[in-house]
Amino acid sequence: MKITTLLASSVLALSLAWQAQAANVPEGVTLAQNQTYTFWLLDAIKSMDPQLNTDVEGSDVLRNLFEGLYNEDSKGGLVPGVALSHDVSEDGKTYTFQLRDDAKWSNGEPVTANDFVYAWRRLADPKTASEYAWYIELMQVENAADVIAGKMAPDQLGVTALDDHTLEVKIAAPMPYFPQMLVHTSTFPVPQKVIEANGDNWTRAGTLVGNGAYTLTEHTLGERVVMTKNDTYWDAEHTVLDTLIALTINDVNQGLTRYMAGELDRVDMPAGQYPRMEKEYPDQAISVPYNCSYIYMLNVGPKGPEALKDARVRKALSYAIDRDVIVDRILQGGQHAAYNWTHWATAGFEIPDIEYADWTQAERVEKAKELLAEAGYGPDHPLTLRLQYNTSEDHKKIAIAASQMLKQIGVTLTLDNYEWKVHTDRMQNQDFDMARYAWCGDYNEASTYLDLMASYSGHNNGQFYNDAYDAVIKQSKTAEDPLPLYQEAELILADQMPIIPIYHYAKVFMLKEDIKGWPVDNLNQSWYGKDLYRVAE
Amino acid sequence: MFSYILKRLAIAVPTLLVLIVISFVLMHSAPGGPFTAERKLPPEVLANLNAKYGLDDPLWKQIGTYVWGIVSDFDFGPSFIYKDRTVNEIIAQGFPITLTYGLLSFVVAVVVGVSLGVAAAVRHNTLLDYIAVGVSIGAQVLPNFVMAPVLVLVFTLWLGWLPGGGWQGPEYWIMPVIALSTSFMASIARITRSSMLEVLTSNHIRTARAKGLPERRVILRHALKPALLPVISYLGPAFVAMITGSVVVDIYFSTGGIGKAFVDSALNRDYAVMMGVTILVGALTIFFNLVVDILYGWIDPKIRY
Repeated sequence: MKITTLLASSVLALSLAWQAQAANVPEGVTLAQNQTYTFWLLDAIKSMDPQLNTDVEGSDVLRNLFEGLYNEDSKGGLVPGVALSHDVSEDGKTYTFQLRDDAKWSNGEPVTANDFVYAWRRLADPKTASEYAWYIELMQVENAADVIAGKMAPDQLGVTALDDHTLEVKIAAPMPYFPQMLVHTSTFPVPQKVIEANGDNWTRAGTLVGNGAYTLTEHTLGERVVMTKNDTYWDAEHTVLDTLIALTINDVNQGLTRYMAGELDRVDMPAGQYPRMEKEYPDQAISVPYNCSYIYMLNVGPKGPEALKDARVRKALSYAIDRDVIVDRILQGGQHAAYNWTHWATAGFEIPDIEYADWTQAERVEKAKELLAEAGYGPDHPLTLRLQYNTSEDHKKIAIAASQMLKQIGVTLTLDNYEWKVHTDRMQNQDFDMARYAWCGDYNEASTYLDLMASYSGHNNGQFYNDAYDAVIKQSKTAEDPLPLYQEAELILADQMPIIPIYHYAKVFMLKEDIKGWPVDNLNQSWYGKDLYRVAE
Repeated sequence: MFSYILKRLAIAVPTLLVLIVISFVLMHSAPGGPFTAERKLPPEVLANLNAKYGLDDPLWKQIGTYVWGIVSDFDFGPSFIYKDRTVNEIIAQGFPITLTYGLLSFVVAVVVGVSLGVAAAVRHNTLLDYIAVGVSIGAQVLPNFVMAPVLVLVFTLWLGWLPGGGWQGPEYWIMPVIALSTSFMASIARITRSSMLEVLTSNHIRTARAKGLPERRVILRHALKPALLPVISYLGPAFVAMITGSVVVDIYFSTGGIGKAFVDSALNRDYAVMMGVTILVGALTIFFNLVVDILYGWIDPKIRY
């Protein structure tokens, strides 16, 4: 995100401090009698503990049960949560947050700065063994890495309660998008006394104490989660929906059937259904950009095939894939063909001029053939590669399409389908040639994508190690305007092609037309029950 | 008889142990682990997690600790994936659900299956026979992953009679029971029919008829009992299969049952849950095989223990 926008959002946070930003019901709208919102979950919620949760779906539930320093508004901008505003020190390394004094836990106790200190230490503490501990390291909170590694005590973490309503955070290096990272559920406060009294069981319905707009009333694992309005929430007055129900339905087609039967207010749409549903139910079928990017990762490391060490071959593979066919014929849900890594709609990001993006597909195929011949592959020396993907009908369809497309430049793809854990394990051990991969941004800023391809990221499974790329990324961390650097990084990726971008995601779903307030413009699709309401028909 | 049961129970213990060891080793040899995630965990975090769940111990020690936990405290350990649940709790929540629709399916399958089979055999080569055979073959070849969505389509979406899924009361039981019982019912009907046909031509039935017994009494008193022998040997494993649930039923009807939990645990590498359910299914299988053998002795006087 550009520094100017960032400053604007901080100012926004300040200026909105005294405004209520819950359900924004326009004048003259009649609310429905029934204010229950029922939504779909693909799977059982793994944990209701903010520091242990790892799932997007878990986060959807947690944003209603807890509240962090900031919330997202309908466009993904920051609005006050427990924090009213913050100040940044001159050197950009100390943030001081002013917390509201009317925030309460659902047991009536006040929410204080100490609750955040406790939660953040807990996230980093090796004893918690959180799978998301790395997030606080990513936030660059002082000493985070050492605390996680057990080299320092958790109380050495750079977070301090100056008083009940003032929280100070020290970060290791200035990071303009730090406040954006605070909407992540792993940074949410948790009630120390309740956790100490109940241990791992503190997240049960009836025991769980939160500071969000809703409280947990029922949780049958793999069946349903029921949340009811929390009267102690500081903005309960403006919260309209009184009950949120999440139903677990493991099959998306079944989910859609039950939506059609009126059992759900919102459901994700199975691939390929959007055109039909959009035609039949234009008021309910929605497709909006979503913060994830789909690629084929190429193994350019020592364990990878010889051919992929040659950038010409990698480019040829990328050029030969016709993204338009994949998005228009297979996915059909408003996804965008991708020729770069960072999602096109990311805040403050603009895709640079990537040459091959503007060519026609015929030109690309022509160029691909040339490059392949230059690299020494052809009818006499055919190229065969393996493409692995994790079990899913959509991945399979795309992989089959890709193998057909590569056939026209004389490359044979062997398709390998693995279940998710095996797929991931093979990727992390570099046992692959080409692998299907997708990344969803942790926050709405280009670094969440671009960091991943740095040699030191630890997630760069294709082992693309490029000094120029690393230098650009490092420089972007402290740059006043990182956009040109981000664009440079994208150009390096386009030139070296360690990954083949395929498409940028769209969130495609059905939403009942009487539910209002859905944040369609929020790239992360983070929603808060307190912002929604149901109008009378 | 009593010593026979004791002996069988004594053999059950080493059988279960072998089951535990084999499952444990197989499970740990599958690629990936419970904490394999899209974003590879930093080594120190992974080390913390492994230490917390005892995964850094050698395999033999893990098995030992695990078995000891079960023997001493009946504790199957914490779930690696569902952080606020123990395996005992996951089973305690899911198993009653599975047991409910499993038992009902069993009753439906046996009552309908045996009646259909008997009716078809008694009215051999009549329209009733053809209908019964047709129904049971149809039910057999229609897999429940096809039937479940069709049921929801018809009863939920078109007719609006039944809720499409969930587990909130008796009206939620109907479709799972239909989906689960159908193919078992079909098998039972076919086994009953062929076995009944065989029995009806045997000497003791001819004798019974010759003595002038009413046909009803011949069938129910003299033919049915021996005809059920092959059915009963089928029912033991079928019963266990039904009460330990079906992943298809759990997925399509969102019941929250144990069948889905079992498959998920394998995919998630949730070692503890997987072991817990494996042991549950193993113990039930051993137990009901024993029950079947005892029933055999009761039905067939030729069998003595």
